[in-house]
Amino acid sequence: MSNITITPGRPAGTPPAPAGKDHRRRAPRRPRKTMNTQFRTVVSPHQLNTTRGRIIYWIVLVVVVVSFTAAFVFPLYWMITGAMKSAEELNAIPPTFLPEHISFDGYLEAWDLLGLGTLLGNTALYAGGAWLLTLAIDVTAAYALSKLRPIFGKVILALMLATLMIPPMVIMLPAYLTVKDLPIFGWNLLNTPWAIWLPAAANGFNIFLLKRFFDSIPRELLEAAEIDGASPGRTLWSVVMPISRPILGVVSILTVVNVWRDFVWPLLVLPDSEKMSISIGIASLSSQMPQNVLIASLVIASIPTMVVFFIFQRSIMAGLTAGSLKG
Amino acid sequence: MSTPVADRKQRQPTKRRRSVKRNLTAYGFLCGALICFAFFSWYPMVWEVILSFQQTNFVDPPVWVGLENFRTVFNDPAFAPAWINTALFTLLALLCGYAIPFVIALVLNELRHARAYLRFIVYLPVMLPPAVGVLLFQWFYDPDYGLFNQILGFFSLPGLQWLNSTSTALISLVIVSTWMNLGSGTLIYLAALQTIPSELYEAAELDGAGLFKRIRHVTIPQTKLILLVMLMLQIVATMQVFIEPYLLTGGGPEDATISVVYLMYQYAFNFGNLNAGNALGLMLMIVLMTFSAIYLRLSRDNTV
Repeated sequence: MSNITITPGRPAGTPPAPAGKDHRRRAPRRPRKTMNTQFRTVVSPHQLNTTRGRIIYWIVLVVVVVSFTAAFVFPLYWMITGAMKSAEELNAIPPTFLPEHISFDGYLEAWDLLGLGTLLGNTALYAGGAWLLTLAIDVTAAYALSKLRPIFGKVILALMLATLMIPPMVIMLPAYLTVKDLPIFGWNLLNTPWAIWLPAAANGFNIFLLKRFFDSIPRELLEAAEIDGASPGRTLWSVVMPISRPILGVVSILTVVNVWRDFVWPLLVLPDSEKMSISIGIASLSSQMPQNVLIASLVIASIPTMVVFFIFQRSIMAGLTAGSLKG
Repeated sequence: MSTPVADRKQRQPTKRRRSVKRNLTAYGFLCGALICFAFFSWYPMVWEVILSFQQTNFVDPPVWVGLENFRTVFNDPAFAPAWINTALFTLLALLCGYAIPFVIALVLNELRHARAYLRFIVYLPVMLPPAVGVLLFQWFYDPDYGLFNQILGFFSLPGLQWLNSTSTALISLVIVSTWMNLGSGTLIYLAALQTIPSELYEAAELDGAGLFKRIRHVTIPQTKLILLVMLMLQIVATMQVFIEPYLLTGGGPEDATISVVYLMYQYAFNFGNLNAGNALGLMLMIVLMTFSAIYLRLSRDNTV
């Protein structure tokens, strides 16, 4: 453990350690900290560092933090604690801020009565399969369009991107009919995972994101692999995929989260109560459930996406920004 | 067209063969996507148009009926309310869901503390499954013991009927929708705001521009394109409103919240008239494609 001596490794900006041996001198002197003005914004740093500017700044900060917490966190708090209250306490006026006695019966009942295990399992199956199939189909397609450049590749890409112009809701009826009786094959995909998986893979936006990333991979890298005798498939798997991890992560998360959150499409194509996804299951059973059980099931249904968000928030937000600036 | 190709073939046989092989490989890679797109995007798109002009029961061969389906939906008493509500919903959702995120982004961009926390919680509702968000608000909206009326009661204000009254039902849907979708807009604006070069603000300040003038003459022009792009995107997204009326109101009370997509769903699955539903879908598709086209146009200009 000799890293105490390695001073250059210290993150930039931290003040150097007190050089003097007198430790008593450290505490009292604290210079007035100026605001971080690395990014100049609408408000000028000078204004911000005046006394008046500081007061306004802190007032705004407190107001924003309090009101945003009330608007965005409080409803979730209310949901989670609401499920712990008894049915009578839920309807009490005035409402209790904390549950009188915390009980997890609501959660247990929700799990049993609604069959949340099955619903969650179904949804995981739909999301997982959609993820694998989307990656397999969209990555190969984007690779072909970006690096192999077949004839009519531009037309195909344009046609795929054109589907982004067609809002999914307006073609839901013919899409439903297609799933019900697949042309040429005549298969009925209703109530099968394929009804979720295959349409999820036809995602022009994923292909666009992946293609744009693949375009940025230098040609020389692929040519080197080709000279070494790698087939295009091998190049994709061993060269392109490993360096595309960030974008593959974004596409994966977007796909899983979208399938998990989707409502309308599973509502149409998975009418069987044994095959429902969690959102549909809860919605269709909501009217028959006691209020606290229903709320508990809402909490359980939102846990998976919330966990994904807590872990991958950086990638999710990156995907969002990439989505807005496409062109 | 055939002669130059044949010409080249004679001149460069090896190159041509290699290119055939490469094309075959490429199409091998593409075939999965082509099949998925063909079945689930392109074919339904074309079929939507065809079905709108047909009468089918999926047993007998389809009959072409011209504009009959359009006439059916047009004469439906719910037709006008559905379009008016959709337009109103879009307008209100834009007022809230467009202006508020921009203001939030402006404020967040100024703050030097708690940024990560604020960004995180603003985006939190976006990650909630929409069905969960909607059902949660259904509970909040309950006129007797719902959270909102309790809060109003705390300030000794009279409770509202929320979803049960024709005057507040639509605005209640707008509130849910705004709460659920605010985060994505905010983060996109925030990203755009951070690309504005600080020299512009400094220059404006030297010219004596105050805070609001700086926002008006620097911030807004600098983010104009993203603002326009988001406007189109929001219009397209909010005009497809379905889950809120489906789960919260069933289109009621008295058609006060019926939307075009919801009516379309009803035609197909409740009234058993898929073709009329399709006709309605086609009308909406034409309207939305106009906005989508503007959006694509704008976002292309934005980056190229």
